[in-house]
Amino acid sequence: MSNPRTFQIQEISAHPGPVPGLGVRREEEVCKYIDVSTCIGCKACEVACVEWNDHPFRETTFNDTYQTMPSTEWNYYNLIKFVEDDRDNNLMWLLRKDQCMHCADPGCLRACPADGAIIKFENGIVDFQQENCIGCGYCISGCPFDIPKFNPQTKKVYKCTLCSDRVGQGLEPACIKACPTGCLKFGTKSDMIQIAGLRAKQLREVSGFANAGVYNPSSIGGTHVIYVLHDIQAPERYGLPANPVIPPSYTYWKWLAKPIGLGMGLLGIAAVFFHRVFYGPKLPQPEPPEIRSGPREEIDAGRKETP
Amino acid sequence: MSTTAKKFDEKARGEFARMGTTRVHRGELLRHPVYTRFLHWSVAIFFILSLLTGFAIYSPWLFHWIAPLFGGGPRTRALHPWFALLFEVFFLFQFLNWVAPMAWGEADRRWLRRMGQYVTNEDRIETEDVGFFNGGQKIYFWSIVVSGILFLITGFVLWFDDAVPRWSVAVSYVIHDLAALLMLAGFIIHVYEGTAHQPGTFRSMMDGTVTERWAWTHHPGWYRALTGRNPRDDYEREKRRQEER
Repeated sequence: MSNPRTFQIQEISAHPGPVPGLGVRREEEVCKYIDVSTCIGCKACEVACVEWNDHPFRETTFNDTYQTMPSTEWNYYNLIKFVEDDRDNNLMWLLRKDQCMHCADPGCLRACPADGAIIKFENGIVDFQQENCIGCGYCISGCPFDIPKFNPQTKKVYKCTLCSDRVGQGLEPACIKACPTGCLKFGTKSDMIQIAGLRAKQLREVSGFANAGVYNPSSIGGTHVIYVLHDIQAPERYGLPANPVIPPSYTYWKWLAKPIGLGMGLLGIAAVFFHRVFYGPKLPQPEPPEIRSGPREEIDAGRKETP
Repeated sequence: MSTTAKKFDEKARGEFARMGTTRVHRGELLRHPVYTRFLHWSVAIFFILSLLTGFAIYSPWLFHWIAPLFGGGPRTRALHPWFALLFEVFFLFQFLNWVAPMAWGEADRRWLRRMGQYVTNEDRIETEDVGFFNGGQKIYFWSIVVSGILFLITGFVLWFDDAVPRWSVAVSYVIHDLAALLMLAGFIIHVYEGTAHQPGTFRSMMDGTVTERWAWTHHPGWYRALTGRNPRDDYEREKRRQEER
């Protein structure tokens, strides 16, 4: 990825005053901001995602909602979930844009056994490298948000890249560019957190959503996609886990089992080897008569006697 | 064991005995017929292939040199379940072949109590209640049965992980590892006992035969059943003959 800081001008010949931008360090971490309350469910972001990633329009299933398809797919990274909720005995649509959350502690990366198949950038983007993917699917069960999807044809797993190719060139992700209401924003993590906080405050104080808040779950170290929700007390209503966790199989057990397994193997081999050295073979009986036996001293003594 | 399985096993033994040969010389006993040897080495080959591909998927530091042997990461991943399935199939036949002599009994409980002396080589000769297999061999056999079943169930979950709930994959991941550790521990001891620790044992799986001395030393009960002679008497006679020389 290109680093803009490499081309930060350091000195300028015959230039009066300081060099513009020198010494100003931008924050590296990026973030996608999604304001659920101003999403109109137009699906422009879905189309932009499919267009930019050059995916074909795939067939879908109708399941009595306005949703394009039941869940994201290996070639459909971005999906507006149309949740029909109840508010004051009225229908309320919870329109949540579902995609990879780009966790600070990614469960997919923890679970993956293939070298180099999943990487996390300094800017927080979690990206799959399909050429290194072995298609085991562990990332699917490691993800608390059910995001990675398996392609049975290529036997590889795919998910939202946060348009790492666009971000690398200083552009915003395709979904952000397409959004007509401004409910999607893209910038540094701290900027987005601040904007989200202000918007949540506005929802609480002006719009009558007393529980409005920002979804940035700390149980996985925060995410690089954050939501402004009408009700932060019940993220489950939007289909978001209140406390997303990576299964302990991929955290504690994986780090415990590897040294135990390797250590046990090596210890076992060493144990049987030294067993043979200490106790000797178990020969079919009767063995040929012994000429010497017993502790070391006796053997040494025996040796002295023989010329 | 059901009679159909028993009949199949006997038929297979007969067929393999016709296909291959086992030469038994004077002073030797037939221990493992061709069929048993074929099954043992088929199980062994696919066990080792599964072990290597499994290690490659599990351990990144081994991944780098093991996975290329099998054609890279994706192919290693694709081959592992097939190697393992063939291991399971051959072991199923081995199970039918051996389930009768592997039955656990009172003698094996006594063997377990003497295991300390066995391990330190204090017992030079096994007691006469040790038959075709001793207690340790039976424990290894049944541990493979247990871990083989665990491998099979969790392996299918991990193989077809898009068809099962995600939590079951995370749980199977741990159980698959535990089964592997159990089998690995047994495997190391098994290879050691069959080669370096007990000279004269390895040939029983290659050539099918053992010496009579080996038989009355390690499996006196089997020696008596096969030859009809008293293993201790024969040992004593051999010892006297050796001392006279």
